[in-house]
This record gives sequence, C-alpha cells and structure tokens, in this order.
Amino acid sequence: MLREIRPAIVVLVALTLITGLVYPLAMTGIAQVVFPYQANGSMITQNGHVVGSQLIGQNFTSAKYFHGRPSATTAPDPKDPSKTIAAPYNAANSGASNLGPTNKALIDRVKGDLATLQKENPGTPVPIDLVTTSASGLDPDISPEAALFQVPRVAKARNLPEDQIRQLVDDNTEGRLFGLLGEPRVNVLQLNLALDRLAAK
Amino acid sequence: MTVIGWAQILIFFAIIVALTPPVGGYMTRVFNGERTFLSPILRPVEVAIYKISGVDERQEQHAVTYTVGMLLFHVGAFLILYVLMRVQQALPFNPAGQTAVAPDLSFNTAVSFITNTNWQNYGGETTMSYLVQMLGLTHQNFLSAATGIVLAMALIRGFARHSVRTVGNFWVDITRCTLYILIPICVPVALFFVWDGIPQTLGSYVDATTLEGVKQTIAVGPVASQEVIKMLGTNGGGFFNANSAHPFENPTALSNFVEMLLIFVLGAGLTNTFGRMVGNQRQGWAIFAAMALLFFVGVAVCYAAEAHGNDFLNALGLTGGNMEGKEVRFGIAASSLFTVVTTAASCGAVIAMHDSLTAIGGMVPLINMQLGEIIIGGVGAGMYGMLLFVIIAIFVAGLMVGRTPEYVGKKIEAKEVKMAMLAILILPLMYLGWTAVAMQVPSAVSAMGNPGPHGFSEVLYAYVSQTANNGSAFAGLSGNTMFYNLSGAIAMLVGRFWMIIPKMAIAGSLAAKKSIPPSVGTFPTTGGLFVGLLVGVIVIIGGLTFFPALALGPIVEQLASNAGTLFSAN
Repeated sequence: MLREIRPAIVVLVALTLITGLVYPLAMTGIAQVVFPYQANGSMITQNGHVVGSQLIGQNFTSAKYFHGRPSATTAPDPKDPSKTIAAPYNAANSGASNLGPTNKALIDRVKGDLATLQKENPGTPVPIDLVTTSASGLDPDISPEAALFQVPRVAKARNLPEDQIRQLVDDNTEGRLFGLLGEPRVNVLQLNLALDRLAAK
Repeated sequence: MTVIGWAQILIFFAIIVALTPPVGGYMTRVFNGERTFLSPILRPVEVAIYKISGVDERQEQHAVTYTVGMLLFHVGAFLILYVLMRVQQALPFNPAGQTAVAPDLSFNTAVSFITNTNWQNYGGETTMSYLVQMLGLTHQNFLSAATGIVLAMALIRGFARHSVRTVGNFWVDITRCTLYILIPICVPVALFFVWDGIPQTLGSYVDATTLEGVKQTIAVGPVASQEVIKMLGTNGGGFFNANSAHPFENPTALSNFVEMLLIFVLGAGLTNTFGRMVGNQRQGWAIFAAMALLFFVGVAVCYAAEAHGNDFLNALGLTGGNMEGKEVRFGIAASSLFTVVTTAASCGAVIAMHDSLTAIGGMVPLINMQLGEIIIGGVGAGMYGMLLFVIIAIFVAGLMVGRTPEYVGKKIEAKEVKMAMLAILILPLMYLGWTAVAMQVPSAVSAMGNPGPHGFSEVLYAYVSQTANNGSAFAGLSGNTMFYNLSGAIAMLVGRFWMIIPKMAIAGSLAAKKSIPPSVGTFPTTGGLFVGLLVGVIVIIGGLTFFPALALGPIVEQLASNAGTLFSAN
C-alpha cells in the first residue's frame, strides 16, 4: 500500500497539470487567435460600444422593439443581500423558474402574461414561448410565430407598414439546421438591430 | 410528436451505433497497451510520467492493490479541489473577484466532482474563479471519467482473462485513458465548440449597454475546454448555473447534437470493447441491445409527455407542448431526447429544466437514474453497473434450469452473486433512506421549491441523482444548506465507492477462475432470449424497489393534474 503513495502523488499532479492547466490554456491561446469573435462571447459592437452578445437575450420592454421570452433570472436584493429580486436577462446569473407543472404560481403567472398579450393583439392565438420562461433565462430566440405576433405593435409604435416589418421577421428567421436539427427561430437582438437600421433609413 | 422530432432521435441513435465498433476497437488497443496513431506524440509524455512516479508499466496489480491505488488517487484529488475552492480569492485567474467557497459547500462540491456526479449546489458564474473552473473542475472532469473507464476495464479483464491474479495496472490505465482517449477527443471538439460560439477566454465579464440603454453584465470564461469533457466524461457540471441550456454552453442545434453524441460515445463503445476482450463482439451487442430497448421506451414516454404539454396551460388555449424551462432553439423533441440521454448516461447536464417537466416527463429521468444508469450509463460506470445486472440475470436463468450459471466462459458462483446484490442494494438504501430522513427534517422540507407532491419529487430526485452520480436536479430545491450538502455528499460517496468495491471483488475473483468452453447446456448470451431476460430482471428489480416512492411523487402529481388539482405554497 505504501508503494502506491508515490505514484498516487506523481500521476495525480502530472495529470492535474496537463488537464487542468496545459489543456485549457492551450485551447484559450488557439481559440483567441483562430476564432477571436466567438472566443470572447460573440459581442456585437455599435459605435465602439458593446450592445450585447449575439447569443444572449436582452430584456426588451419598449413597444418599438420585439420582446424576448419571459426570463426568471434574479439578482441579489440591494437592500438585503441574503434575498433575491427578479432581474430578467441577468447574464451574470443564469437560471430558470423551476416551477413544477401543478404549481399554482406557474399557472397564475402564465394567465397574467397571457391577458396582457391578448389585449395587445386581440383574436390572435398567443404562441406558447411568449408566456413561458426559458431554461437559461437568457434565451436569445423566439419562435417565428412569436415574432409575427408582435408585428402589429412594433409597426404601430414605429409608424411603419406592417408588411415591411413582417418581411424583416421573415428575413431574420433561421430554419432548422440541414432542415432537421433544432427548431425554426428568430434572434431577437439581431431582429431589433435590423429594425433600428430600417428605421434609420 | 412530429416526424422531424423522431427523425432527430433516430439519426442520433444511428450515429451512436455506427461509432460503437470503431470507438470500442480503439479503446481495446489503448488498454491492451498497443501502439496507436497518436503514440509518436503521446508516448514520450506517458513514459516520463511512469519514470517520475516509479511505475513499472509491465507490472500488473491484484484487484485489491488496483482499488487501493484508485482510492489514494481520489483522496489526493479531493484535497486539491477542496483547498482550491477554499482559497480561490487569493489565487490568480479570478477577474470576477469570487470569494472563498463555504466549507460545507466546498465539501459537497469536491465530493461531487471526484465521484463523477457534478451535483451543483452553486451557480458557476457567481461562485467559482476561472482557476477553480480549470485546475479544479475541468481536471476532475477528466480524472473521474478516466477512473470510471479504467474500473470498467478491470472488470472486463476479469471476464476476459483466466487463471491469473491481476486485473491491470491502475496507474498505467489512468494515464493511458487520459492521454490517448480523452484528450485527443477534447482538443478538436473544443475548437469546434468555439467556432460554434462557445467562449474560451480568461478575460473578465463583459459590460454591455443594451439597445434600451440598460447595463447588462455578461459572464464569459474558459467554457469550451470544460464543455467537451463535461459531456464526453458524462460529468455534467455546468460552467454556468443554467448548465447546457445556457447559450454560451450550447449555442446551436448543432452544438447540442454533438454534446449528446459525446455523452453516449464512450459508454456505447465500451460494450464493444467488452465484446472484443471476451472474444465475441456479439456479447457486446447483446448488452447494447438491452440498453437500446430501455432507452427507446424512455425517449418515447418523455417525448410524448412533453409534446402533449401541461393540461392546465393547454386549457388556456396554448399549444405546442411544455415550453416552460425549455429553449426555443432546441424545442420539445431535442429537449426530451437530451433529458433521456443525460440521465440514461450518468451525465446530468441539462438543456431543459427537469423541475419544470410534466409529471410523467420528469418521471423518466428519475427512473433512468434509479435503475442505476445502466442505459449506456456513465463512462465505465454504466458498463460495470450493467455487468452486475448481467450476473443477476444469469443467476436467475441458472436457477430456472438448476445449473451453475456461466457467462462468457466463467462460472458465476455464490461470491459473485452476493457481491452483485450488495452493489445493487446499496443504491436504494441511499435513494430512499435519505429521502425518508429529509422528510423528517423541517428545514429540509422547507427548502422545497414547489408545493405538493412535486416538492417530494424534488427531494427524491436530489438523492437519486447524487447516489447515482448523475448530477442533474429538480433545481427548485434550495440544496445549499448544511443538511443537503452533507447528506448529499455521503450519498455520492456511497453511491460511487460502495458500487466499486464489491465490483472489484468480482473482478479479482473472476480473473482467477478457469475458463470453461461452452457446451450444449450453456445458456446463449448473444440472443434475444438473453436480452429479454436481462431487461426483465432490470425492470423487476427497479419496479419492486422504486414504485412506492414514485407513487408518492410523479404518479400522484399526474393523477392530481388529471383531476384538475393545483398546489399552492403555504
């Protein structure tokens, strides 16, 4: 048994250094040279400022922007750090609602969101992704139906024809990969950036 | 359920079937000590490690020595990880200024990572420095995975060899597994992940100003290098709190598909390695077939339940399945598939929040783990877990015909059966025992995140997940308390090592036995009858043990849902 102590220490230290330092640092070095945009978080800059990451959702609330899905992320309460407060799309603390299917709190929340959306666009069925929170709280996407649902509101707020906005949604819709993997989706930040560019013209 | 959804599932499985023989063949070469195409680069490193550690690579060990070496290795790994977390505030690579991790949380986390569980009572981006993520957690992702694989190899050698006292050399196996199997897969896939959008940086968190002028701090880090081994080694510990649902851990449907393949590839390959080592690949395929059968039942049930959705939401006129706790880019089909894959194997990464699955959809991962994760299973652990069930199945078959059971040329006798039962029975003791204890502790009950039977499911899930070394959670449970940190750590240690010790006893005893040639009376273990018997034994043992607990959780929740009953807190 004592004979096993030396290999235990040496093999452990050697493999720890190889897998815990050499490997991740080498990957970081290569990634920073070969794919610097992705390696640093796919950040989008405008006029020299970072406006967000292409992959991370933002909390859009204004009527003139398309909105993402409800987000359940939280942040420490500034008044009492032992508690948390709602902080949608907090990209420094990802997380979900973790509400179970028979929890009244879940159903009440959905009913509330549903009522607001139905008022905004009466008579159109509300897509389910607009009233359910995502797994990460940072979902950058909505379904094409969820984007089209918001077209009348955005068109009105921007004073632009609905057809033009609908076209923009179509242009920003990504299909399934190879027609097979994943689901069709619209990246909300990219759609809103395109919308700003359209309005600037 | 949709045709495209099922097409994704079937193509995923077809690729796994296609990868199994080449991966199994490569692993066989590595563990037989043969040269591989990577030897010119890796052999000098390997030799240097043996030289400094004083290991003679030709000298093999008895099963007991092998186990002792493995345990010593883990004591050291635990200490490194624990100390790193306790002093991370004083160490470099900490741009977010993370403070020391509390002692009980450090204990739980260190145990969690050395046992290949990766249960997380913390959120990565708010707790751990980059140094801990790399030197502590990434490295344990490698070593706990390698440990699982080499322990499976020891048992496989027990079946494959005859009349010898040794089962291999732990130091050689762990070194070769890390250098020749894990790292060569991780390097290219990590770079592919970066290309696909996963960050790999030591830079600090980025402050963005959103289009609406609000400040958004975006956590980044050396994610890609950890993401690969987290999947490949069926570890599952997320760099971020949201785990693989986080767009930085899993940005596209393509990265998601690759992550699922990584979870299964080595576990599936090991069935083939087993077949090759015992001299008949069909022995491996028979075990694979039993796994596949159980896998497809789980996928079908989970996918159907999630696609059907939550009746309460459907009643409001909403359609499209249960999207609470899921991401748009993955949708229902891929989320259901991932949920089953991650719990069939002992990965525990998630792309959909298991706590928000439907009652029946959430019962599938629970059952997968309760069966001991033998459907492909954790790297290595799934293989040796399944072989324990094989021993029981063969024993049952032997009882039916009144003959000493044999498997791949080895007589299965009282010692093997006793040890297999010991390993199999220890799991429910932890799952059910700790759940029962927690139900009596007021603070443990008040930590539930959901009212009603779902809260019970959260606690049951926590102990099943930790004992089975899975690591996924019904995450509404506030697990970062003294009680859950300590009891969970015990469940993880017992679930890992009390499986391993009886299993190594079997390996040693099998290796010493003579090999007997098959005769007309030998029960054939490559056909449908054997597969059916094996699945039957698994389902009966699982059903008898866990049905009462499931009845109190997901089953009663589904019945309540059918009856239109909602639950509210207080």
